[in-house]
This record gives sequence, structure tokens and C-alpha cells, in this order.
Amino acid sequence: MDLVQYFPRLLDGLGVSLQLTAISVVCGYLIGLLFALGAASIRPWLRWPTLVVIEIGRGIPALVVLYIAYYGLPSIGILLENFTAAAFGLTFTVAAYSSETIRAGLQSVDNAQREASAALGLSPLTTFVRIILPQGTRSAVPALMGLAIQSFQGTSLAYSISVNELMSQSYQVSTVTFEYLKVYAITGLIYVAIAVPATWLSMLVERRLARGHV
Amino acid sequence: MTVLLAVLAGLPLTLLVTVCAFAIGLVGGVPIMLGLRSRIFPVRIATRFLVDLIRGVPTIVWLFLLYFGFSFGNFRFNSLGAAVLGLGIISAAYLAEMYRGAFLVLAKGQSEAAQALGFGRRTTFVRILAPQAIRTALPSLTSYLLALVKDSSIASTIGVTEIVFAATTFARQNPESAGLTPFFFAAGVYLAVSIPLAVVARRLDTRLRRSF
Repeated sequence: MDLVQYFPRLLDGLGVSLQLTAISVVCGYLIGLLFALGAASIRPWLRWPTLVVIEIGRGIPALVVLYIAYYGLPSIGILLENFTAAAFGLTFTVAAYSSETIRAGLQSVDNAQREASAALGLSPLTTFVRIILPQGTRSAVPALMGLAIQSFQGTSLAYSISVNELMSQSYQVSTVTFEYLKVYAITGLIYVAIAVPATWLSMLVERRLARGHV
Repeated sequence: MTVLLAVLAGLPLTLLVTVCAFAIGLVGGVPIMLGLRSRIFPVRIATRFLVDLIRGVPTIVWLFLLYFGFSFGNFRFNSLGAAVLGLGIISAAYLAEMYRGAFLVLAKGQSEAAQALGFGRRTTFVRILAPQAIRTALPSLTSYLLALVKDSSIASTIGVTEIVFAATTFARQNPESAGLTPFFFAAGVYLAVSIPLAVVARRLDTRLRRSF
């Protein structure tokens, strides 16, 4: 049995996996920033609900989030396609996880920065957008890159709601060819081929940032 | 009520998979950590390669590989065995990194002082460095255990009848009435397991910190 002919299918699947990663990471980090701001708010009516949502997102398995998005929402009248459901579910999980990282990053900014901005007469909004956010996200970058790599691997869970990403494609190929060991080994190596160089890149960035900082 | 009972029926296997995989990781992480810290360059590089390889492959792929792919003669893993071994291997790789990280932050003076006192390399490692490193590693170990409780849900994809498997089965058997409830109950059970675990972990951490 020649597996080479099935390679294009696996690569198609990889494309879908990468799309899911891009959507869930970009949207997830933006929502994660909002979550981080909500969780750091001085207003209790904003802070507590945000903290509860974050803890729910971090506390329950991504698989359960995906099932809720896919099987659950139709029963309350929201029907989502597999891909959309997976994108929603993964985005929520990524948002919950990244909010903690972003919050830690923002908190790492020295309070003197705020005081100095206030002394210079900058408005709170300008202070946050121009002073705090750039420094805070900078220290969060390595952790956020690591999270992005984990999100890429996490897209394999979308297999369970039959999104035709890499894992689903390889499952289908394996049931056609019966070459389970080879097919899953190749699939694993495809994930490795993306994840491992990405890890090296994040280590490089971390070292660069550490050199430029402080 | 029947929903909750149906979902709770999966709890023992969730706990079993988590505990066994964590145990494999705790023990298996030690030789991998020693490999990562080895003085011999080829050993160090080979172990690093192994750890990256293990961590680069998603959990679900590992489980499918072990469950569908492996057979030695007549032997094949059942779903529970594949889930425990797969999650155990992954845990070993992650925990080895945490052990290594804990040794890295130890003050250099510790091993120098041990050397000055005439302790051998082994005694220094076992009696001086390791006890301190375990304390440093403890918070990351417990947060890994918390993550593992949730990751054990992936075992449902190869048919281990744990919480998520129980929830999906219930949803399929009662398509009209079930709706979101089994998944919400499943989510609730996970929170009910991990929140007390997190509280205990935090207590343990503060107590160890105090004794420093």
C-alpha cells in the first residue's frame, strides 16, 4: 500500500488545522485581553463575572467546550457548522488561558510607569494604550507564543466534532488503508514539523526580548 | 438526576486514568531529566530530541497511535491501557522539563558547598540538590496534575468510558430531551474535582514556602 497518494489529503487537513489555529489564536488573544482587563477591573460587577467565565474556560476540558458548541447550542436554536463550532470552542478556551498570561504581563509593568504617566498629565486611556500595554504584552510574548503552539496541537480535538482537519483526515486515511501505525506516525511527525521549529522560534524570541529588556 | 448519575459513572475512570498517567509521569520523568542534565553531549542531545518529539505530537495522535497502531504478535493495548500509557509518556516528558527547571534555579553555591564539604557527586545530588528541587517543582507539578484531569477526557476518543464518554453516550441515547445538560453536568464534575485539588495545592505550596 502506497501512502504517498494520501499525502495531499493530510496536507489539506493541515491547512484546516492551521486556519483553526489562526482564528482561535487571533480572536482568542483579543478576547483574552478584554478578559484580562475585566478581571483587573475595580468594579466588582465587571470583575466577578469575568473571573467566573475565565475559571470556567480554564477549568473544563476543551473537548467538553467543543461538544457544548457543537451538540449543545443547536438545542437552544443556534446551529453551527462543524468548523464554526470548533472555531468558537477553541477561541473560548484560548481566550480563557491567554487572559491569565496577559494579566500577569500587564501586572509585571512597574507601578512607577503609571505614576510617571500621571505626572506627565497623560490621560488614563493614553497611559494604558501607549505605556502599559506595549510593555505588558512584551513580557507576555514568550508565554503567548507557547500557548499558540499548544492551540495548534489542540485543534486536533476538532476531530471529535468531525471537522476535516489533519487528525480527521488521517483517521479516514487509516480506515481506508489499514496502515494505522504508519498513518498516525506520519500524522504525528507533521504536527512535530510545525510545533518543534515554532518552539525553537519562541525560545529565540524569548532570548532576544530578555536581552533588549531592562 | 439520571443525567448526573450517568455522567458520574464516568468519574472513576477519569480519576484512574489521571492518577496512573501522573504516576508514570512522576517516575518516568526522573530518568528523562537525568538525560537532559547529562554531562555527555550525545545523551543530552538525544534526550532533548526525544522530549521535543513526545511533546510535539498532540495527545489524541498518541492515543490513536498506541490504540490502533501498536501490536506485538497477539498483544494489543485495550483502550484503557493505551490511554494510561499515552498520557503517561506525555506526562513524563513534561514533568522531566519541570524537574530540570527546578534544578536550574537552585543556587550554584549549593553544589559548590557540597563539594567543599567533600560530598560525592551522587550524595550531593540525592541528599542536597534533589530535596530542594522537589520543593521548587511542586507548584508546577500540581498545576500539571490539574491539566491532566482535563486531558484525560481525550481518552474518550478511543472509547475509555470516562466522564466525557458517559456524557456523549447519554446525549446520543436521549436526543430529544438531553440537549446541553449532560455536557454541563460533565463540566460541573470537572470543576468539582479540580477546584478542591487547586485549593489543596495552594495550601501545600504556601506551607512549603514558609518552611524555607
